[in-house]
Amino acid sequence: MNALLELEELTVQLPTPAGWVKPVNGISLEIARGEALGLVGESGSGKTMLSLSLMGLLPAGARVSGQAKISSANGNATLLSSLKEDEWRRVRGSEIAMIFQEPMTSLNPVMRIGEQIEEAILAHEPNLRKDLLHRRLLNAMEHASIPEPEVRLQQFPHQLSGGLRQRAMIAMALAPRPKLLIADEPTTALDVTVQQQILALLDRLRRELELSLLFITHDLGVVAQVADRIAVMYAGRIVEWGSAEKVLTSPQHPYTQGLLAASPTLERKALTPIPGVVPQLTHLPPGCAFAPRCGFRRDKCDEGVPEFRGPEPDHGARCILL
Amino acid sequence: MSYVLEVRNLRKTYVRGGDMFDEGRKAERFVAVDDVSFEVAPGETFAIVGESGSGKTTLARMILRLIEPDSGALLFEERDLLRLTGEELRAQRRQMQMIFQDPFASLNPRMRVGEIVAEPLAIHHPRCAAAEREERAKKMLERVGLDSSALTRYPHEFSGGQRQRIGIARALILRPKLVVADEPVSALDVSVGAQVLLLLQELQREFHLTYLLISHSLPVVAQLATHIGVMRSGQLIEYGPSNLILQRPSHAYTRELLAAVPEIPRARQV
Repeated sequence: MNALLELEELTVQLPTPAGWVKPVNGISLEIARGEALGLVGESGSGKTMLSLSLMGLLPAGARVSGQAKISSANGNATLLSSLKEDEWRRVRGSEIAMIFQEPMTSLNPVMRIGEQIEEAILAHEPNLRKDLLHRRLLNAMEHASIPEPEVRLQQFPHQLSGGLRQRAMIAMALAPRPKLLIADEPTTALDVTVQQQILALLDRLRRELELSLLFITHDLGVVAQVADRIAVMYAGRIVEWGSAEKVLTSPQHPYTQGLLAASPTLERKALTPIPGVVPQLTHLPPGCAFAPRCGFRRDKCDEGVPEFRGPEPDHGARCILL
Repeated sequence: MSYVLEVRNLRKTYVRGGDMFDEGRKAERFVAVDDVSFEVAPGETFAIVGESGSGKTTLARMILRLIEPDSGALLFEERDLLRLTGEELRAQRRQMQMIFQDPFASLNPRMRVGEIVAEPLAIHHPRCAAAEREERAKKMLERVGLDSSALTRYPHEFSGGQRQRIGIARALILRPKLVVADEPVSALDVSVGAQVLLLLQELQREFHLTYLLISHSLPVVAQLATHIGVMRSGQLIEYGPSNLILQRPSHAYTRELLAAVPEIPRARQV
């Protein structure tokens, strides 16, 4: 596989009054060029902390171990996990960019949309000629399918609808031409018809620009639309991974099965909730973190964290029952 | 058949725009809810679905008389709600309670959970003794799945799903007939949201509740609703039994909404 991003045993530790916790715990995964990986998890799963570690935006005091590597076009690789703050500036935005759930909190409310996108370009190419800068700006807005770009670039964020704001965020993220786009619940705050448009846009960009996508969501329906492969996170670890089709249609881990059974669909069904709540990272069970909520639990579940086992080489789960 | 709730030609407009320093910029009237009529029978769950700005929240607030409609009528068990004032309105309000979207914002952080749940009793039944209030709060909390240790704790000590249970206990302690639930699970994780949806179904049967569910999520609505009304730009463009709306919608916009729902591929049987 022509991997753009490779994580090997990536671990993030954060200090808390109760000691160090690992919101990201030994994550290994790969994303190929032009591939969309869906990272599925509920609150507290560590999915957002994982994405922040790839942007060099971890809270102060965080400790990172393991390896995160992104390859450049010239064949060189950048080791993200050992970058210094000034080196992050070169990578953040230009190699890896990120869009968030609520564009209104990420856009500057007192700055015109055009200026904000220009600023993103100038951060990486400060000496760009003015006419080229304008062309790059319009190009970015075109990529994000913003209608009437010459009008919109003069406007402020509050003058745009939610969908257009998310498009402006996408234009800003893509303007420095990153290879990997991390999208953290980018459609959760949007209406369903607008969500559909944004998902279609991301899919098109992926094909046209060979952009790789790390798509973070709790919504299994959304991930089914965008992802080639899915990794399911629970309490800091990946508990199941595989092609989107296999993970969603023949889930192997009881947590993935539970999430599917608990997700409402247009067809009325007997929803089966997962009992209990996500464990606190300060009080993780000794073995499988899902064991206390699992209907298939047995003594062996507490004897250590299960290794990946799979029905097939491209589909696996951390469960002793497999 | 007598209805619990009848909504007749309800209308609400707001003034939008305008500039107090510039007479050239005139304010315009904006119709938030436009001539909406429907009725809800006892034991039904009537869901209002719509995207942001469709007017569904304004409609719910008018039904609870939190805001006044410009025109139209509201009947609760054949009584004209809009004519009620003072003590009569207070008595009526006992029959109608609300469950809010955000269990983090809707519970007073400085009150103990026991007080939060018992507060409606203190307001509506001032002669009910403190000990009895506490007993009833305890029973209601147990019914929604929280043990009596919750009584003396504060909201921040609970998870999102537990807080939503506290909000439900508070809404039900007066034994209302109608419960308006505004996006009751949209702030919760999937696994916890399913717990709350099931709880709402159980409580409906047990306490003979009628629900008015406000939601943007068709999959959530599909689980609970017996009837669905679709709103767009202030108008109720289509309503009817859930099966009909979900399987054979007659309005193009309803079909568009349904088509936009991202679907999970069907699981193979294991």
